[in-house]
Amino acid sequence: MLGCNYNITPLQENTNTMKSIVYIVAGILFGIVMAKSEAISWFRIQEMFRFQDFHMYGIIGTAVVLGTLSVFLIKKFKMRDFYGNPITFNPKEKTWPRYIIGGIFFGLGWALTGACPGPLFVNLGYGFYAISIAIIGALLGTWLYGLLRDKLPH
Amino acid sequence: MDWILQPWPWHISGLLIVIIMLFLIFLGKSFGFSSNLRTLCSACGAGKTAKFFDFNWRSQLWNLLFLVGSVLGGFISYQYLSTGEPVQIAESTIQDLQALGIAAPEGLQPMEIYGMENAFTLKGFLILFIGGLLIGFGARYAGGCTSGHAISGLSNLQLPSLVAVIGFFIGGLTMTHLLLPIIFN
Repeated sequence: MLGCNYNITPLQENTNTMKSIVYIVAGILFGIVMAKSEAISWFRIQEMFRFQDFHMYGIIGTAVVLGTLSVFLIKKFKMRDFYGNPITFNPKEKTWPRYIIGGIFFGLGWALTGACPGPLFVNLGYGFYAISIAIIGALLGTWLYGLLRDKLPH
Repeated sequence: MDWILQPWPWHISGLLIVIIMLFLIFLGKSFGFSSNLRTLCSACGAGKTAKFFDFNWRSQLWNLLFLVGSVLGGFISYQYLSTGEPVQIAESTIQDLQALGIAAPEGLQPMEIYGMENAFTLKGFLILFIGGLLIGFGARYAGGCTSGHAISGLSNLQLPSLVAVIGFFIGGLTMTHLLLPIIFN
């Protein structure tokens, strides 16, 4: 791919340092949860795809149940975000081929490397530097999708 | 404080993931990790090659910061929050994997895939590279990954996300049960 673009625009008011720190902290917490729950482990993903333990289903299941309840309450009480703006959820497009075909490609890669996009980067931080090969692959795969997008069924 | 060094139970982990998702929602954003791959392509100039990458990637800077945080989180976990003990996976999984020539866990990851010396053999390299290629291509094709579809999408009762998750499993089960035995003959 082309060389990286390092142009930096002056920081705008809405991207001040304080807000930047908030996202880094959220990311750190995410990385720690992924590592400590062992969701970044290839072994745990194998166990999941072999239906031999409840661990991964427990993590995703708990998140989905509590997440569904939270989203329901946010909508019901028309909650606003920290800046006072209404919280909106964008519905996904209702066209099916992309979800099933794209999903299958994704699942093949997930089971092979034992990592989905988040854990690719958490593993890197954990010191498994070999995963950089998969990260480069994932960037190229994303780029490939962008190039082929108009030719693929969605 | 010993509990923090042990693996965290699934219910605590699931709860914390929702807290992270809600935190992002209340900041006016959404929880979806794989968008970062598109943003990174765009930041590297891919906008010149495809319309898909021709957008103001700086508007997604917040998510890139989240990505940087996740790398730091992995580092902190390794450095300060772990005992380095093997992952306690099911005995049946250990046996299945041994049949593929993958040794029982000695840490978090199998060295047959994650070890540097194996990653730079042709086969080891291709496993990681093609795996990554499939993840990146599939996530963008499906419009999201585990965070965007399985967590955020399902929480918002999105049928397309359920279809994507079914796709994840068709792919994952095919790889695990049909292709891994060929790859690791």
